[in-house]
Amino acid sequence: MHPIFDPLLVVIMLLNLFVLGVSRLRSVIAASALQGVALGVLTLTAHGERTFEVVLVAVAAVAIKGIVIPRLLHKAMRDVAIEREVQPLIGFIPSLLAGALGTALAVIFSETLPLLPVHKESLILPCSFATVLTGFIVLTTRRKAITQVVGYLLLENGIFIMGLALLDAMPFLVEVGVLLDLFVAIFVMGIIINHISREFRSTDVARLSSLKEE
Amino acid sequence: MNEWLVVAGIGLLAISGLPGLVLSRTGSSGERVAAGLVIAGAIAGIAGSLRALIAPATAVPIRLGWLVPLGAFHVEVDALSAMFEIQVFLLAALGAIYALAYWRQAEHPDNGRKLRASYGVMVAGMALLGVGRNVILFMVGWEVMAIGAFLSITAEDHLPRTREVGYLYLIATRVATLCVIAAIALLVVALGTSEIEGSLDGGAPLATAIFVLAAIGCSIKAGVMPLHVWLPGAHATAPSHVSALMSGALIKMGIYSLLRFTSLFTAPPLWWGITVLALGLVSGVLGVAFAIGQHDLKRLLAYHSVENIGIIAMGVGIALIGRATGRGELVALGLAGGLLHVWNHGVFKGLLFLCAGSVLHATHTREIDHLGGLGRRMRWTSSCFVVGAVAICGLPPLNGFISELLVYLGFLDVATIRPGALWLIGVVSAALLALIGTLAVACFVKVVGAVFLGEPRSSAAANAHEAARPMIGPMLVLAALCFAIGLGAPVIAPALDHAVAAWAPELQLQPTGALAPLTKLAMVYVPLIGLTAAAAWWLARRFRGAPTQVGTWDCGYAAPTARMQYTSSSFAQMLVASFAWALRPEVKRPELSGPFPATSEFHSEVYDTVLDRLLVPSVERVDEQRRWVIWMQAGSAHAYVFYVLATLVALLIWKGGG
Repeated sequence: MHPIFDPLLVVIMLLNLFVLGVSRLRSVIAASALQGVALGVLTLTAHGERTFEVVLVAVAAVAIKGIVIPRLLHKAMRDVAIEREVQPLIGFIPSLLAGALGTALAVIFSETLPLLPVHKESLILPCSFATVLTGFIVLTTRRKAITQVVGYLLLENGIFIMGLALLDAMPFLVEVGVLLDLFVAIFVMGIIINHISREFRSTDVARLSSLKEE
Repeated sequence: MNEWLVVAGIGLLAISGLPGLVLSRTGSSGERVAAGLVIAGAIAGIAGSLRALIAPATAVPIRLGWLVPLGAFHVEVDALSAMFEIQVFLLAALGAIYALAYWRQAEHPDNGRKLRASYGVMVAGMALLGVGRNVILFMVGWEVMAIGAFLSITAEDHLPRTREVGYLYLIATRVATLCVIAAIALLVVALGTSEIEGSLDGGAPLATAIFVLAAIGCSIKAGVMPLHVWLPGAHATAPSHVSALMSGALIKMGIYSLLRFTSLFTAPPLWWGITVLALGLVSGVLGVAFAIGQHDLKRLLAYHSVENIGIIAMGVGIALIGRATGRGELVALGLAGGLLHVWNHGVFKGLLFLCAGSVLHATHTREIDHLGGLGRRMRWTSSCFVVGAVAICGLPPLNGFISELLVYLGFLDVATIRPGALWLIGVVSAALLALIGTLAVACFVKVVGAVFLGEPRSSAAANAHEAARPMIGPMLVLAALCFAIGLGAPVIAPALDHAVAAWAPELQLQPTGALAPLTKLAMVYVPLIGLTAAAAWWLARRFRGAPTQVGTWDCGYAAPTARMQYTSSSFAQMLVASFAWALRPEVKRPELSGPFPATSEFHSEVYDTVLDRLLVPSVERVDEQRRWVIWMQAGSAHAYVFYVLATLVALLIWKGGG
């Protein structure tokens, strides 16, 4: 295990809390981009030998999560002239508390898992669970479609970190498949956001309930 | 090499519609490229399959690794697969040529490109399903076929009726997929491998579950009554070349899958065969009865698909009974009859749907009661339709007769089984098959009479024009095949034997040619056809100068109108009434009174009993109860994600705590 591996995981967890606590949309996107870059570096440091496949996944992660998706989100923000504020359903302090609670739960839960000693010492699983939970919190408590996208992004980052722990066991194909999946999903969501705003003159997801069956 | 040819064919089919997506929306280059790719793929596929059918020993299975769990790229073309592959490739190519005139990009700028892309995907899925021997590959083929077909059916998705039919198909195909996935999961457990090969004992408890699940899934796909609910609407609403392909080839893939599943079981229980046979009988008799009650041309043909799938299922049922009782001749006759009927139905029903498409293209209506007199206006189409009608009725010397003859012989063979009560099944089934044939004749007399003979009932019919050449060409090919299979049966018989042997490898089988008098029949046909041709030539010469445009004899009534002709409902009235117990026709009769009754209307309609009187009402009843769960569907994305989160946290705490 590389010496900066665990510190990077801590950075990722701090970024989770940052996403929950900050009110500017740009900062939220920047934080998710930074998390993507951190993931790429994490991939390189997770294993001693840097095979072609590991480097490919790392480069793809940085390119997609760190550059392409944030750009798409910024573009969506510009195109539909979204206000720069995050509109949460619950306040920032309760969100932060929920995030902290989630992180604590993640740590407690990871303790109880029957893990390899190398994973037991590391923060890799708590970080993975915490990121997934943060993604869910963003998904449930933020109004804007664009923050929903960031929620999914965090969710996927969590799964990606879990994948790092299993990199030797999980087929390379699955890893690449997940990355591709994410890219397509975000791409489609970007399009949908545009359509939502055109149809409803708003990207407030809470107002989408008019599609509900009566 | 056969396998690689077929795989290359599948690849070409799959990509056929893609270049068109980036080519011009208005030009015709996209459709030409698509048709060219489909034809090239079909030639490769047919070449590979034909070689496998004629010489099964040349099969060299492809086995490549695949990263997907349980998966492997395992492709094999045995004679059984080849029978189905040839049909898929042939109808795919003919349909693509037909579409060049029938669904021109210039006339359908909105959906032409989408339809060609989904058409290619659908046929590629069908072909893949037929050769994939790994469970995952098989399911990929099954699903690609289902989704491709959904997209093709809903080509005109701006019409509410099309969307309705599409959803119904989607629901049906989901249910079928669920059953087949379950069957396959059990199969993997039973076989201990994820490749579809090896053999299992038919008596094991898992075997029954596999058979029941596979039979339900495959029957939905094949449109066996009472699981046919998606079929009439989908066949009627889809573009006609898609209807031809679906009716001719797609529903047969349900039969193929059932055969592939059952081929793994040696000594299956007797009730399997009896069940399939019973389903076939129900499908056959009621399918044709419902067909008689229809007055939408394509819907009527769709019900005939249900009928013919019934005949195929009867053949499969006989073969299963034979395999259960160890009687090779039953397996040979039943399966050869069933498989030949698969081909025959593909040929003549493909032909009939293409003819119906050209009628629809010329008159813009499928309503039989708005047509009439098209025989004189559309000579090629009407001649082809008559050939298809004679073939589907099972009349000699065309192809339908041969396969039904084999099934009859199978039934008569069942009737000789002693002791036990099986012989009774043979006798009753043979009688019911005869009934089906008779009703089919009645139905097609009605269709040909009402659509092609008589006087036009609407201005659309009066102004109808003959179809363009790309449409007539495929119809002529199929009509010629009706004759070719009918007359060339002795030549085809060895190929059938190969397919039968691939299904039941453990049995010593007699060749079909030795069990059925195919050669003698062919020898009778030749002089008969010669005599008929001579008589026709003599008549034509004798009446060369006779007037060709004459009115129908009207018993001296001075002012006949087109409305005085038999309509589709009046012609069928007696037969519909005798099947009223199943058809439940809805008739709106006028109340006539006094010497000069006022203008009034008569209307009769035969709805699908299973769908409209059983499924829809029961679904509605369930729907009324949904207020108990509707509060959960809050309509807010946040709430839905919250459900996931709550479940996840609950699971973490539960598992983490314990």
